[in-house]
Amino acid sequence: MTLNVSRVVRISDDALALACEADEVAAAFAAAGCTVERVSSWGMQWLEPLAEIDGQGFGPLDPEDVADVLAGTSAKAIGRIEDHPFIAKQQRFTFARAGKTRPLSLEDYAANGGWQGMEKAREIGPEATIAQVTESGLRGRGGAGFPAGIKWTTVAKAAGSQKYIVCNADEGDSATFADRMVMEGDPFMLVEGMAIAALAVGAHRGYVYIRSEYPHAIAKMEAAIRASAHLVAPFELEVRVGAGAYVCGEETSLLNSLEGKRGEVRAKPPLPALEGLFGKPTVVNNVLTLAAVPWILANGAEAYAQVGYGRSKGTMPIQIAGNVKHGGLYEVGFGVTLGELVMTVGGGTASGRPVRAVQVGGPLGAYHTPAEFHLPFDYETFAANDGLIGHAGITVFDDTVDMSRQARFAMEFCAVESCGKCTPCRIGSTRGVELIDRIRARSARQPDRVEALPQMHNARKVERSLADEITLLEDLCETMKFGSLCALGGFTPYPVLSALRNFPEDFGVDAAKEAAE
Amino acid sequence: MERLQDIIAAHAGREGPLLPILHDVQAEYGHVSEDSVRAIAQALNLSRAEVHGVVSFYHDFHSEPDARPVLKLCRAEACQARGVEALAAGLAEHSRVKVEAVYCLGLCAVGPNAMVGSKVHARLDAAKLVALVEALA
Repeated sequence: MTLNVSRVVRISDDALALACEADEVAAAFAAAGCTVERVSSWGMQWLEPLAEIDGQGFGPLDPEDVADVLAGTSAKAIGRIEDHPFIAKQQRFTFARAGKTRPLSLEDYAANGGWQGMEKAREIGPEATIAQVTESGLRGRGGAGFPAGIKWTTVAKAAGSQKYIVCNADEGDSATFADRMVMEGDPFMLVEGMAIAALAVGAHRGYVYIRSEYPHAIAKMEAAIRASAHLVAPFELEVRVGAGAYVCGEETSLLNSLEGKRGEVRAKPPLPALEGLFGKPTVVNNVLTLAAVPWILANGAEAYAQVGYGRSKGTMPIQIAGNVKHGGLYEVGFGVTLGELVMTVGGGTASGRPVRAVQVGGPLGAYHTPAEFHLPFDYETFAANDGLIGHAGITVFDDTVDMSRQARFAMEFCAVESCGKCTPCRIGSTRGVELIDRIRARSARQPDRVEALPQMHNARKVERSLADEITLLEDLCETMKFGSLCALGGFTPYPVLSALRNFPEDFGVDAAKEAAE
Repeated sequence: MERLQDIIAAHAGREGPLLPILHDVQAEYGHVSEDSVRAIAQALNLSRAEVHGVVSFYHDFHSEPDARPVLKLCRAEACQARGVEALAAGLAEHSRVKVEAVYCLGLCAVGPNAMVGSKVHARLDAAKLVALVEALA
């Protein structure tokens, strides 16, 4: 057997590739005499571990496949990676380097457009830098969609010698992994984005708050910060590790956590932009927001704003996950339809069964049906259709899903993760679980001992029918939506009500109606 | 307790040192004991109630020791869509391994997923999951 020993094989070393045993595949290539380079992931996750040799892709590989790949007879060849429809149809701004560079190589980063945004910012100065971000139309990618330029302006104008840049890398939503891919695949881009923000608003310290469930991202970010400290000085950066609280993805809760307190939500105002970390003016931005900034500075605000849909400018790294055939990271301009993402790009379900429900925006996002596949991916459109795009995670479910169970899970998740500060979220979520349990059991509820007491004038004395319970659930959701302090309690009604509205049969609503008639 | 004083000293002068200290204490001792809470509170000029409040708030910190190895199984929506609930239901209660629910490991297109220490495992089926648990026992 003759092997070309000089061949360079590129394999990702991000957490997802490692979980799919990329190390074993890399070791097999190395044992066969190849030079193995560990690079970032292309984002074609169903093909991991994916090996690239001279631009050609092979995946998903097992160590046993290596001999066939090197002999040129592998059935797992996918052709040129750049020409693969999943990659070719994307508009990669933030993920332009994905799959192409070694994550911790300063040399690779600089050779592929790195630091150009920072140089530009240093050249044009703080005011013009903020103007670029404002004109680009970049909106907060964490979910709220607040214009980044306006937030930066507020912090820049705030009085105070000490200001902070805080990067929210507490990516807790299910079906989201774009932040993780930035930190594990292109960590210098985040460093650069934060350094530009610091320059623009006059901050000297920055923190990256990363969830503890991401040990690989933590290690890569820490290494990247050490390696690039001399390039971003006098700006100083530090990684802080979360401790397993989902609510710390909410910006004020995150600030409390950074300060070493319970991760309880703060009431706003004061805005963190004016009184944030340790009471100082603070920019809190999501990983994807800060990661978009170097591209905007390097290529100009106009180039960024030209892409997009309506008031949603630029591109969104969309994460397609769950029961889907071709899951992964798909960065494209806003305006692509939900159906195109799920059916054309994602290829439908992995199980081969029909798609029944699609949750957009993580555990606080609404469940949509295929009837809504025409919706363009855009902040305003989804808001107008009782949904949200959030951090742009899409979870696909096939027709075996029980939507009343998903609604129950949404309430249960809120109960587990509530910070406990406000009542609608803390109590409402627990009452919601109990209520959905009764609805699922189709058991009418009798008045309890307290309710039956004669002095309880306002308590209901007769049994509650299924229809009554559903009205009560809608009422509870209303209270949580408008009475909660932050998005955890405030948005939990989205998955619950959308499941109820779009899949009433799973809650026995048809049966209740018939019984009433 | 000497090690505890070293940990506290290592974080002296940092802004907001409590969480980094608690992470190190949890890693060193497997839990944050009453004595540790007392010492940390003393060093940071906080009340014991404040430190206890932080320890009890976060899922990562435990006030009681548990010597069992931990397997974190993702139970969030994307893994649910890929069948994790059936896997979890089929997993017998294990006396020597603690199976904890975690809400998302960020590997959402290749679930069901689990994490042991910092090693992640994807595309689990019943056999792979049982093998992971048995390897820890």
